[in-house]
Amino acid sequence: MSLFEVRGLVKHFGGLAAVSNVSFKVHQGEILGLIGPNGSGKTTIFNLISNYHRPTRGTIHFKGRNITGLKTHRISRLGIGRTFQIVRPLGRMTVLDNVIAAAFAKVATKAEARDLALETLAFCSFEHRKEVLAKTLSIGERKRLEIARVMATQPELLLLDETAAGLNPLELEGAIELIKKIRDKGVSIIIVEHIMKVMMTISDRIHAISFGETIAEGTPHEVANNPAVIEAYLGKEYAEGS
Amino acid sequence: MTVKRILPLVLLFVLILFPLMVKDDYQQHLMILVLMWVVIGSGWNVIAGYTGQVSFGDAAFFGTGAYTAGLFAHKLGISAWWAMAFGGVMAMAVALPFGWICFRLRGAYFALATLALNEVMRHVATLWESLTDGMVGILIMQTFVSKVPYYYIALGLAAVSVLSIQMIMGSKWGYYFVSIREDQDAAESLGIDTHFYKMVSLNIAAFLTGMAGSLYMNYMGFIDPEVVFSLHDISIMAILVGIVGGVGTLYGPVVGAFVMVAVHEFFRTGFFGFFNTLAVLTGSDVVHVVAGYVMQAHVLGFGILVVVVILLLPNGIVGDWDKMMGTVSSVRKKGMAG
Amino acid sequence: MEVFLQTLVAGILKGGLYSLIGIGMTLIMGVMGIINLAHGQLMMVAMYVTFVCFHYLGIDPYLALFISTPLLFLLGMVIQKYTLNPLMEVESLLPENQVLMTVGIGMVLTEIARFVFGSDYRSVKTSYSSSAFYLGEISFSVALTAAFFLAVAFTVFMFWFLRKTDIGRSIRAVGQDKDAASLMGVNPRRITIITFGIGAALVAVAGTLLMPLYYLFPDIGGPFTRKAFVITILGGLGSTVGAIFGGVTLGLAESFGATYIGMAYDDMIGLLIFLLVLLFLPGGFKRLTKI
Repeated sequence: MSLFEVRGLVKHFGGLAAVSNVSFKVHQGEILGLIGPNGSGKTTIFNLISNYHRPTRGTIHFKGRNITGLKTHRISRLGIGRTFQIVRPLGRMTVLDNVIAAAFAKVATKAEARDLALETLAFCSFEHRKEVLAKTLSIGERKRLEIARVMATQPELLLLDETAAGLNPLELEGAIELIKKIRDKGVSIIIVEHIMKVMMTISDRIHAISFGETIAEGTPHEVANNPAVIEAYLGKEYAEGS
Repeated sequence: MTVKRILPLVLLFVLILFPLMVKDDYQQHLMILVLMWVVIGSGWNVIAGYTGQVSFGDAAFFGTGAYTAGLFAHKLGISAWWAMAFGGVMAMAVALPFGWICFRLRGAYFALATLALNEVMRHVATLWESLTDGMVGILIMQTFVSKVPYYYIALGLAAVSVLSIQMIMGSKWGYYFVSIREDQDAAESLGIDTHFYKMVSLNIAAFLTGMAGSLYMNYMGFIDPEVVFSLHDISIMAILVGIVGGVGTLYGPVVGAFVMVAVHEFFRTGFFGFFNTLAVLTGSDVVHVVAGYVMQAHVLGFGILVVVVILLLPNGIVGDWDKMMGTVSSVRKKGMAG
Repeated sequence: MEVFLQTLVAGILKGGLYSLIGIGMTLIMGVMGIINLAHGQLMMVAMYVTFVCFHYLGIDPYLALFISTPLLFLLGMVIQKYTLNPLMEVESLLPENQVLMTVGIGMVLTEIARFVFGSDYRSVKTSYSSSAFYLGEISFSVALTAAFFLAVAFTVFMFWFLRKTDIGRSIRAVGQDKDAASLMGVNPRRITIITFGIGAALVAVAGTLLMPLYYLFPDIGGPFTRKAFVITILGGLGSTVGAIFGGVTLGLAESFGATYIGMAYDDMIGLLIFLLVLLFLPGGFKRLTKI
């Protein structure tokens, strides 16, 4: 049985179909890459999973349970964590306080939450910035804070929305390393990323969408050579010519 | 750090000794008001300063507390003191359904709804004459002749308020409140039931404000709808107490209460009688007339104060960012040491 | 049936004026994202201007429109420029600082009026103040009917202004997306100043038109501010068409409430509507019509 599954997901905004009929599964301990051109509906799918938007049709299942329509915080509590494409630090709190706030999802007392937060910050190699106000962090550091914060909620499934975008090469290396480290902990991951190199190296499987519809699914190699994917990214002529 | 920890104790010590040193009734009266405003301002600070949901209608809770105490004595013949805690509970009974409805919506709705609640409660108190005697108000016998017992009760209430808020802000609740203020969506994504915790925060505020209302009834012995459900004198005053001292700081409302009661009194008495004295000294009719105008215009002064405070001190006297974060981290470090 | 029709007519006529008040408020809401809690107080100022014009200068209230409206337009611009816009620069914990500022401004305006005019009730008694004409059995107050049609005219003018003029389009653009508008070369700061001026001018029109019908005293602003925000909430925050529906609905509700429940509940009815909207129609009429 798969850990997580979406079945026939559809989302209309007014008359516009942002997502039309997308289905995929995530197995225990794997990294699923979600790719597609800009505006193809990737972030919308994340927003549907964490129920910032309610799906028009379709269902979402986690550990054999239908979680469609559960409140956002309930979904987080069940073990599905997410980061935001446009980072949302709790600006006027320190990095440590950000992570402590998240850690309270798992523990009740301040001391435990602090321990868990420090542990998580160490895991994410971010301990040295713990006393800094979140709003003063650089973009790369903010992305790392997003990961540290969501990791403190100890998710079983992690949705990463462009956590590598806007990073310098050094930070990018670090991010890839961290994502692998998280996977090695046994956390399953769905990742959205524009940098193809990253996607190809760390994904176990890739699910490609275009205009809100599935166009291909398979190993990174298979998907990279799929004509439909090439067409979606590079245009029709290029696909025919190759 | 040590100064910061000792200062509140020194302040408490001074406040305990105050009635022994100052025997003047008027000054004791002002101090009782200051302490009452510490309680109200602290409550407002929890929901608005820490949780970021600005209430424009604290008088709804204050008045509910006051009327609960008044009606206990007036209708049931039970000492209004018993109603102290019950006044807080009744204010919560108002806050619960109210918060449940309003917190479903974001943005300007909460602020507006609190304003509306304030008005609704005033109208109810005015129109429900069989219960509240309407505009006539409620008069009860005061328990003590001396002001000193009231002073200590108010001091106890204020100290307990500040202490309990300090404890709350160092706990899970406090972290959740501030997270909601900073980014509601991010807070939800971290598993925080933002609707529920906004309710918790509002109810803490309502409870404290309701208690302060009961205290007011006991102390003043007379209330009517215009006084205890007043938008300007209670709700806006509460906001100013919260802002002047420092939004989202533990001792901000304490500073704010001192400053605002002093300023309010300053305007009300015509600059502490300065103009009257001047009129007597100079014997000038013109100064006398001016003194009259100044006394009349105290609400104008209050209004101008609102404008000036927000323009110049939007985050209060002790409320710049670093100081605010300092309070959070000092709470944290205390937690570590203890 | 007669009573019913009479109530209906009175409600609609009053609703026309309320719409005007609501549109001013909703424009400000749309562009600045704040509720102007000095709205009724601005109206009160316009009413005193009308009163002074009539009483001391002998100017008819309808002619006084040409004085009170530009004056309030200026006052609104000054308020926005010197008290509200500076707040955009200071980083503050509370987003409601601007709203609180409008409360302060409302208090200052009320107290200045009390200072100058005292707390006495004032009125403008014109020859047509209490005259009425009849259609069948239904009586129409001349002043209220004239006010209604003038209000409708101003409303139509506002729609034309918002849709066809450069400034009007800029106002709508800033209301929809401040950042995008400023990228298109609109100066949002200038637009907020103009918008607040227009909002104040519209409520001034309403105030002046109401003057022959109402008693005037410094505290009259508060109830009208409450009406204005009920209308704005009813219409859906920031929707101009919604504000018209909201205004007429409130006018009707007050009118029927006064006839069938009792005059004392006048203010309560608006608040009750507010509560009902919050419960059952969060988002107001905008939600139904998607306008």
